[in-house]
Amino acid sequence: MSALKHEIEFTLNGVKRKVTVDVTMNALDMLRDVVGLTGTKYGCGEGECGACTIQVDGVSLNSCLMFAVDCAGRTITTVEGLTDQPRGEALRDAFVEHGAVQCGFCTPGMMMQADHLLHKHPHPDEGCVKRGLEGNLCRCTGYKKIVDAVVACGADK
Amino acid sequence: MTELKRYLAPTSLDQAVECLKGGNVTILAGGTDLTPQSQAGRIKFKQTLMNIRHIPQLTGITLEGKEIRIGALATITEIMEHPLVRQHLPVLVEACDHFASDQIRNAGTIGGNICNASPAGDTLIPLLVLDACVELASMPEAKLYRHCMPISTFFTGPGKTRKSLCELVTGVRIPVPGAGHVSRFYKHGTRPALDISTISIGLAADIHDGVMKNVRVAFGAVAPTPLRATATESALEGRHLDAATIEAAAIAARDEVNPIDDVRATAWYRKEMIHNMTKRLLENVSA
Repeated sequence: MSALKHEIEFTLNGVKRKVTVDVTMNALDMLRDVVGLTGTKYGCGEGECGACTIQVDGVSLNSCLMFAVDCAGRTITTVEGLTDQPRGEALRDAFVEHGAVQCGFCTPGMMMQADHLLHKHPHPDEGCVKRGLEGNLCRCTGYKKIVDAVVACGADK
Repeated sequence: MTELKRYLAPTSLDQAVECLKGGNVTILAGGTDLTPQSQAGRIKFKQTLMNIRHIPQLTGITLEGKEIRIGALATITEIMEHPLVRQHLPVLVEACDHFASDQIRNAGTIGGNICNASPAGDTLIPLLVLDACVELASMPEAKLYRHCMPISTFFTGPGKTRKSLCELVTGVRIPVPGAGHVSRFYKHGTRPALDISTISIGLAADIHDGVMKNVRVAFGAVAPTPLRATATESALEGRHLDAATIEAAAIAARDEVNPIDDVRATAWYRKEMIHNMTKRLLENVSA
């Protein structure tokens, strides 16, 4: 039995894309397996861990909880496109400087969510960062270095 | 095995309800529940998957006369940040603030939270105490038919509602509370984020000269549906909030809920929590 397919067009990291996807596929599988951008990670598949966080029309969401067909007509940013922007670049440097990356698996999701947080709250304090990142799990760092990195990134500007 | 044969993304309400006529349709909005539920096999796709995100009649948060109308596609984030909601419906803001995580609040819709009809649905408790009505649309003949149903009669069981397969939830209407209106929301879980309620409590009333009128109490995760607590309401209606009234209401609350043992808590614990937290919320109101 062949699965029902549907063609969609959307903007991915500033570039127009046209792809054909299974109608029941989620956006994470499309990004990784159809488009070939593997920066966005599969962690839990049910929205608990935030490793698959992307931005769609300027807001962060879990790509594992989004239908690929629902990307049609929308503007999507993944971690591969994040560091093309000044805030993304500053965030990457802050993560490096503060040692906020250990195994690195949560990092793309953390960066995407932190970027969204900094968009809404340009100068967040520690509490604001913890609240903003509560949908992202990290099993290595104990969060402190990640939170420090995001606070520092907001303080720089 | 899926019998999915068609994907549709209608751009008007008429198209959408026309498509629903046969009833063999799975509706997609935010996708935050449909994606994991379908991938785990708990939901089987019907013949048509209909993405309702492109229907303008389902969007927006507006003041219409003495009601605030929230479109079914309003996300939890849009609701909690909207000035009208913040000004008039703080109890809904409070519940939205305890809803999952930022990423899920940015995608999940209030229409989806209502239609999923989880006994623990976070927005359902404030909607119950705010006397919200669910807007429904269908096309029984050739013409669009719209009507409203009080949310207190909408839920019939876990995941089950009075909405027919041919109907679409288009929004929710909430009367703007008047002067003297007080409301509270409390959710108990093991961590602040991404937790399904062990119990939740909503409370609303008009208080004039210390007397409570139009009392509304609702409990989440203690019954097969989100529950309007009528016995607790009766224990409070028309009374001053003194210590004896508060204790009587807390006991009525414990006695009228019917929770189960599950992975999140035992029935006994839930009953104790309902008693203790109802008491604490009422003491907070009277303070």
